Amino acid sequence: MTDNSARNDAVPRESLHEWLMSDRPRSRRQASFGRAYGAWRTFSRNRLAILGLLIVIGLVLTAVFANVLAPYSPYIGDLRTTRLLPPSAAHWFGTDDQGRDILSRIIFGSRITLFVVILVAILAAPIGLAVGTVAGYAGGLLDAALMRITDIFLAFPRLILALAFVAALGPGIENAVLAIAITSWPPYARIARAETLTIRRTDYIAAVQLIGASPWRIVWRHIMPLCLSSVIVRVTLDMAGIILTAAGLGFLGLGAQPPMPEWGAMIANGRLYVLDHWWVAAAPGAAIFVVSLAFNLLGDGMRDALDPKAAK
Amino acid sequence: MDPGPPQRDPIPADVRGDLRLLRASNVLGRFLVVILLTYVGLLAVTFFIGRVIPIDPVLAIVGDRAPEHVVARVREELGLNKPLWEQFYIYVSKVLQGDFGTSVLTSNPVMQDIRRAFPATFELATLGIVIGAGIGVPLGVWAAVRRGGVVDQVVRVMGLIGYSIPIFWLGLMALVVFYARLGWVAGPGRIDVVYEYTLVSVTGLLLLDTARAGEWQAFANAMSHLILPASLLGYFSLAYISRMTRSFMLNELAQEYVVAARAKGLSETRIIWRHALRNAMVPLVTVIALSYGGLLEGSVLTETVFAWPGLGLYLTNSLQNADMNAVLGATIVVGSIFIGLNLLADLLYQTLDPRTRAIKRAR
Repeated sequence: MTDNSARNDAVPRESLHEWLMSDRPRSRRQASFGRAYGAWRTFSRNRLAILGLLIVIGLVLTAVFANVLAPYSPYIGDLRTTRLLPPSAAHWFGTDDQGRDILSRIIFGSRITLFVVILVAILAAPIGLAVGTVAGYAGGLLDAALMRITDIFLAFPRLILALAFVAALGPGIENAVLAIAITSWPPYARIARAETLTIRRTDYIAAVQLIGASPWRIVWRHIMPLCLSSVIVRVTLDMAGIILTAAGLGFLGLGAQPPMPEWGAMIANGRLYVLDHWWVAAAPGAAIFVVSLAFNLLGDGMRDALDPKAAK
Repeated sequence: MDPGPPQRDPIPADVRGDLRLLRASNVLGRFLVVILLTYVGLLAVTFFIGRVIPIDPVLAIVGDRAPEHVVARVREELGLNKPLWEQFYIYVSKVLQGDFGTSVLTSNPVMQDIRRAFPATFELATLGIVIGAGIGVPLGVWAAVRRGGVVDQVVRVMGLIGYSIPIFWLGLMALVVFYARLGWVAGPGRIDVVYEYTLVSVTGLLLLDTARAGEWQAFANAMSHLILPASLLGYFSLAYISRMTRSFMLNELAQEYVVAARAKGLSETRIIWRHALRNAMVPLVTVIALSYGGLLEGSVLTETVFAWPGLGLYLTNSLQNADMNAVLGATIVVGSIFIGLNLLADLLYQTLDPRTRAIKRAR
């Protein structure tokens, strides 16, 4: 920048990068954009995390455009000509015992996986967040009671508890989601409480208290938003576990019911033919593996970017 | 964590011993309360699942067209007209006597079924944890010592795969490769039918029973059935244990006492295995106990794949036949073991780590 142009510009023009990285943000919006930008810069340096993100985006796109992408129907096959065919150019992953194209079923199955993951996150994360922040801020007896309940749930074996719940509620994808959600909120409560305990002693909370804000408002407006990032990281890291549990329930015949193309149920079906027709079970398992791996990589990257303390 | 300058203990020496005893019993008392609460929680959840969630059990027995007085009588016979807390009390006292009711599927008492199935699961999970800890700990140490090296990368990748792969799928694929294609191991089940009826069951653990009887052929057969599912479970605990060992060891190797030991001229082997690992062992014991509990859980899916007649298979068979007594009984047994291991890990941590002891005393 020459002297001339500097004189011409009354307000020094800064690049977008500088505006975002500014130490002294002039508005709330600039500050939060700046934070997001900084986190993204850390995140995008991690190549594996980017790979995870790309696979997850791919999963979402596959789920959305399943009708366009799938070459065959996921439900109807030709029993006379296409039964149990090995992988070929026409059927990349082969066909199953009903003559259905396995690739098409996997493509449609991504919808179920996404449905489970999103629903569990929507159900479990707010419960954990609410329990943790309220316990942490209230302290005393309420804290002790809530944390004891959390500990009790944490001490349970998750899959087995989910199994028992599904047994009582009846098999089905919705009940499987419910059972997984019931068993997966406690870690979020623990994390939110730990964050709340450090936040509640800060000066700005004291200032808000002086202004006369109610405890509910403090928890809702001033504490929860700050706990959100660590809970989101933990939820992302848990996604793989949620997918595996849902697939396990499906494999045991307690999750999604046939003929739904749920990946775990597809493996259970392929198990009957596994010794002679390995591909029926192989492809859906590989799909579960790739998606879980992607969520693990993404979660690791997000943890490093948003929560540098926990990274190790 | 600096405990600050040592403060003069205001308590006279002769009372101090008694106080310490009191504190120890206090810790133990608290521990018992936690166990009790957690266990009551487990029972409350299973009670809730078994009695409250399903449709009215009376209607399930008599059907919805039965006359009013029949419904009332059955309700009374089942004790369902009593208040809920009293029902819960009856339920708990029955469970504590080991009475989980009768299984609809096998028409045996559930407790008897569980007792028969348990040794199979125990054998599987124990060999699994032996494999997992036996390989996982040295691997984790190695990864920490050669940070960023080949072993470190291997541990990282194995951990990632272990966290991402469905265990039942890996089991199926392992069966295809090692049993069907290569023929290295025996297939599903615990032992070949040939040996099944000649064997006298003493402990229920086939490896022990066959070894005691000196039937080495049967022993080898049982081993070739066991080795694949056990290595599979072992792999999953190995993935977790090696990652945790690495992280604990990195933590220890950065401590000043390691520098001091090096300055003293101790050999690197001695520093790593005698000094650093010994300190890393404290949290590691907790990790191993926890993953042992996790294996019991993982065995539900593994046993289904390998037709392994243990608790997990019993649980899933009962589930598929809506045999609620058996499901809840197995859930309570597995849950109790899990809770027990969890709390044992907690207790071990507190007794093994001299620092937590010191902090307790300082309070």
